[in-house]
Amino acid sequence: MLKTFKPGGIHPAENKLSAKEAIKVPGIPKTVFIPVAQHIGAPSVPVVKRGDSVKVGQLIAKSGGFVSANIHSSVSGKVKKIDTIPDSSGYRKQGIIIDVEGDEWEESIDTSENLVGQFNLTSEEIINAITQAGVVGLGGATFPTHVKLMPPKGMKAEILIVNGVECEPYLTSDHRLMLEKADEILVGTRLLMKAMKVDKAYIGIENNKPDAIQLLKQKIQGGNHIEIVTLKVRYPQGGEKQLIKAVTGKEVPSGGLPIAVGAVVSNVGTAFAVYEAVQKKKPLVERVVTVTGKSVGKPSNFKVRIGTPVSVLINAAGGMPEDTGKIISGGPMMGKAITNLDVPVTKGTSGILLMKGSESKRKKTISCIRCSRCVSVCPMGLEPYLLQTVSEKQMWGPAEEGNIMDCIECGSCSYTCPSNRPLLDYIRLGKGKVGQIMRTRKS
Amino acid sequence: MSTTIIYTVVTLSTIGTLAAVILYFVAQKFKVYEDPRIDDVETSLPGANCGGCGYAGCRAFAEACVKQNELSNLFCPVGGNDCMGDVAKILGIEAVKQDPRVAVVRCQGSCEYRPRTNKFDGVTTCAIASSVYGGETGCQFGCHGYGDCVAACDFDAIHINPETGIPEVVDEKCVACGACVKACPKNLIELRKKFPKKRKIYVSCRNEEKGGIARKACSVACIGCGKCEKECKFDAITIANNLAFIDSDKCRLCRKCVSVCPTNAIIEVGFPPRKIKQETSEESKAKTPATAGNEK
Repeated sequence: MLKTFKPGGIHPAENKLSAKEAIKVPGIPKTVFIPVAQHIGAPSVPVVKRGDSVKVGQLIAKSGGFVSANIHSSVSGKVKKIDTIPDSSGYRKQGIIIDVEGDEWEESIDTSENLVGQFNLTSEEIINAITQAGVVGLGGATFPTHVKLMPPKGMKAEILIVNGVECEPYLTSDHRLMLEKADEILVGTRLLMKAMKVDKAYIGIENNKPDAIQLLKQKIQGGNHIEIVTLKVRYPQGGEKQLIKAVTGKEVPSGGLPIAVGAVVSNVGTAFAVYEAVQKKKPLVERVVTVTGKSVGKPSNFKVRIGTPVSVLINAAGGMPEDTGKIISGGPMMGKAITNLDVPVTKGTSGILLMKGSESKRKKTISCIRCSRCVSVCPMGLEPYLLQTVSEKQMWGPAEEGNIMDCIECGSCSYTCPSNRPLLDYIRLGKGKVGQIMRTRKS
Repeated sequence: MSTTIIYTVVTLSTIGTLAAVILYFVAQKFKVYEDPRIDDVETSLPGANCGGCGYAGCRAFAEACVKQNELSNLFCPVGGNDCMGDVAKILGIEAVKQDPRVAVVRCQGSCEYRPRTNKFDGVTTCAIASSVYGGETGCQFGCHGYGDCVAACDFDAIHINPETGIPEVVDEKCVACGACVKACPKNLIELRKKFPKKRKIYVSCRNEEKGGIARKACSVACIGCGKCEKECKFDAITIANNLAFIDSDKCRLCRKCVSVCPTNAIIEVGFPPRKIKQETSEESKAKTPATAGNEK
């Protein structure tokens, strides 16, 4: 029997339209917009000023604290200005705007395609290289990777889980990366294992990607440190806590971090970025983005420079279909609708999804019929209907008691609700308020 | 038969008397002394329990008045100076007078001035909309118009104007409790000094973007040009983050800032039409929606 997590979970239509499309390079845009807050934690601090010439891979904003990450220029050219730019949050945020001139890389970066498999580095050297390169979790949460590799005192990582699940419908960027850069991902995995001083790693992949499973199994044959775990297709298996549960059977305690059960989870994209950062000295300046949708002319996977406007990618994928009703940065379940085509691709953008107007409409909300479907699909074992009601009535005490902070915002409850109730909308609001109250109480 | 009745009555009255005696002594022993003035003060308060004073309700406010025995930082915005005078009389101390205030919505981004750039189909509350994104227009500081302030008002004093989609305050009903100020996720509502004849001058904008971006999103946005700041003789206007602010405690209603504002972001309410240059004044008045709307 294939492994999966319990409780909860759903299986939405997969729609992996671009799974057969090889990763392409859409060309370098004329201007890039690089926000200084692309990760969880403190925003980075710009170290360039207007008019400066920059090369690809040059540091343009340095980490603003321990939980923060360096940001490097993804293009060569001149800094046009440092100003506010619209980003996927729906608000204007500070960012660095660079006019592109040519494509000149920093000399220290190895831009060749050769595989560098051998390494003889200490754990500290690897973590240092990752920190310098500004690698963050590329699965979407964008948590700085070097922070994950340095567990708090008294805690010890025992296993590494590499996340190749890609449970979001439509998205195929991780899938393609596993097929095309399997060797590099395995080197990256070994680097991460060395950095964390663990000797066991699992790569979790859902069984809707048999080609990737087969390829990786073939590549690791003989080695017993890395194991490929085939998982049953189930959303949200790509969630950190769900993946740990599926692979190891252990449950992360409420409010705790994965390290509490001795696990660290990294995305396959992150493993690839770690390989590039350590072996090729290449900072995180590009990532794979899926551009897809039912009416998109050419659903594609692109290797995109960070800061490229979404409009460039849409044009590269065959232009904007006329019936587009919603543009989502990320997947259909957890992604965020964007309202502006100038929004840049950031480190956390895994896909751009163009939904038809008819697909994206919300249905009319009616009363809760107490069917408890939301309870049975919640992967965190919460009671979404209750959390929604208390959030709507602004009863933050009961919301906290109902463990609202454990919600991972996967949207399974809203997806499954037969009354089309906006469960997650209210729970997210409640989570924000309760988080605020808890922080005030602490200080 | 009759003995049964007698026994019953006697037994019950004995138990009753005994219980009464016990209860009396217990009540004496555990008596909580409460200042009788708290009740007096509470009776003199409006009893709206709106929380505008910062306390949980009128009773909590009355307790605070009696406990602190001075009124320098206690004020009931609903009752106003009269009510606080009564409270002071009961407590035998001096009342601290405060200028009456009124809520003002600092946005005039109707469809006409602030074109819609997208459509929101989520839950129509301002709190959720603003947690998701900047809003249906290019201005991320402006009013969503879903009426969280209307829902928060206990006094029926704020309503969404169906024509502009922006809330408007009914001055007569507004008690300046501040419920709407707290409810607005965009911090658009401000409590300003109440002038006679409902007169008001204020910067009806909260956009902190640079002039060009602000103006592109909304034709009546404050662009932070600073003309009003230079014009003001009373130091009432300050510019911070590309946004002008008029301090209502310093403002003398001279209306000079209104005439120099290039975007009509500063609006005047409740004034008679200007005498000189009748034509231009009418023109500028026509450009300013809130002048017409709020005057009613």
